[in-house]
Amino acid sequence: MRREIPLFITAITGVVFIIAYFIPHPPFNQIQDLFQTWFQIIAAFAIILGVLNLMVVNGDKVYRRSKGWGYSVIIILSFLVMAGIGTFKLGSKASPLEEGTPFMYLFYNVYYPLTSTVFALLAFFVASASFRAFRARNKEAALLLTAAFFVMLGRVPIGDYLTSWIPLKWLHLSTIANWIMAYPNMAAQRAIMIGIALGIISTSLRLILGIERSYLGGD
Amino acid sequence: MGMGKKLSQIDRRIIFLVIGLAVALPLLFPIGLQIRVSEPAQRMYKAIDQLPPGSKVLISFDYDPTTMPELYPMNIALVRHCFAKDLKVIGMALWPTGVPLGEEAFEIAAKDYGKSYGQDYVNLGYKAGDIVLISNLGKSIPQQFPIDFRGTPLEELPIMKGVRSLKNIDLVIDLSAGFPGIVEWTMIAGGRHHVKVGGGCTAVSAPSYYPYLQSKQIVGLLGGMKGAAEYETLMNARGAAAGGMDAQSIAHLVIILFIFIGNLFMFLGNKGKA
Repeated sequence: MRREIPLFITAITGVVFIIAYFIPHPPFNQIQDLFQTWFQIIAAFAIILGVLNLMVVNGDKVYRRSKGWGYSVIIILSFLVMAGIGTFKLGSKASPLEEGTPFMYLFYNVYYPLTSTVFALLAFFVASASFRAFRARNKEAALLLTAAFFVMLGRVPIGDYLTSWIPLKWLHLSTIANWIMAYPNMAAQRAIMIGIALGIISTSLRLILGIERSYLGGD
Repeated sequence: MGMGKKLSQIDRRIIFLVIGLAVALPLLFPIGLQIRVSEPAQRMYKAIDQLPPGSKVLISFDYDPTTMPELYPMNIALVRHCFAKDLKVIGMALWPTGVPLGEEAFEIAAKDYGKSYGQDYVNLGYKAGDIVLISNLGKSIPQQFPIDFRGTPLEELPIMKGVRSLKNIDLVIDLSAGFPGIVEWTMIAGGRHHVKVGGGCTAVSAPSYYPYLQSKQIVGLLGGMKGAAEYETLMNARGAAAGGMDAQSIAHLVIILFIFIGNLFMFLGNKGKA
């Protein structure tokens, strides 16, 4: 039964959604609405699962004094402080998201600069990788690098600045970059999208028909 | 050890320093490079510009502080354009971190155009559900957001008068940093509920939205900081994005030079071996 019930739920849900798409009338659209409401409730409650997982994994690390347990203490404390202030609306009248509240103070002065800094570090790694790894080792890599050259320079104003003296507009870097984006890139993206869509259809059918069972776990 | 090999093993801190300076110097000493407006940005501008005063625009703030340099300037520019055209703007977020960022953009633009909360704009906040939430907004907005992010019931907000579902929205603009984002809004709000959808996204994800642009499933697209700078140019208001384009230009040029130098030494090294 542990396997049959989830398989049954998956099959019913999948079939209902397919039918409701083609026949958006009662009772199919009503069942679809009900399932969508359930989905939102489950999605909202999934946060509890996430919180429990965070606490168990990091709490265990602290308890065992595993390598880097100090970071786990910071994670737990940060979570408790943010969640506590937000949930109990400490220092705020209506919403903790209003300007000047302790929650927003922490958001702007801790979360905001920390996440921005981590993301900004990417620029340095991209620069380092561009010097060490982006090599034209074969024809495909050379083609990729050529496209990257045109797009990287053509998508910033300096590309136009460097080529604006050329009388033929189609030789301007921005024109070439826009052409690459609008034609070869779009064609490739569309091919990828169609491929993904076909993959999704086949996987969905396998799930609905109970052929694909790996999501149930086990062997 | 040859010069090529020596240079290929250069201390990465030197590379970090060069790219750091390439970004910092143009920010400190702006060059003021001219920004040419691309067609996707022009289309986005036109889509808003053509709306009659009083039209309802829904902006979804689906981003976080990591993508702020790209999406926040376009958020401000888009809201400013809506306010300049006397459009009513309804904000919401599929990303919880987008709510305060969208609110900040609202407050800045509202101050410039003398707009008031509840009358000209509203922030509904965040709700879980991703693509299913969009689908349910097509049936009822008040059911999904009975109160705004400040806790005010929707029926008390004049801007929400007559807004029952996505059918009452004239244009959806999604500021997207990933999933859920433009694709989901296009699929459900555009495809299923026939609402016009446009958007702004990070530069790295822009190429994947071009098929939607070509098929006119989205009315326009602002790609990365360049897209935001183009919109600021269209609005005749040079802002953070236009200022940042100088730094991005020099950084791209430096990275191209790095790639060129790296490949040159590889080529010279291979030639030496042969």
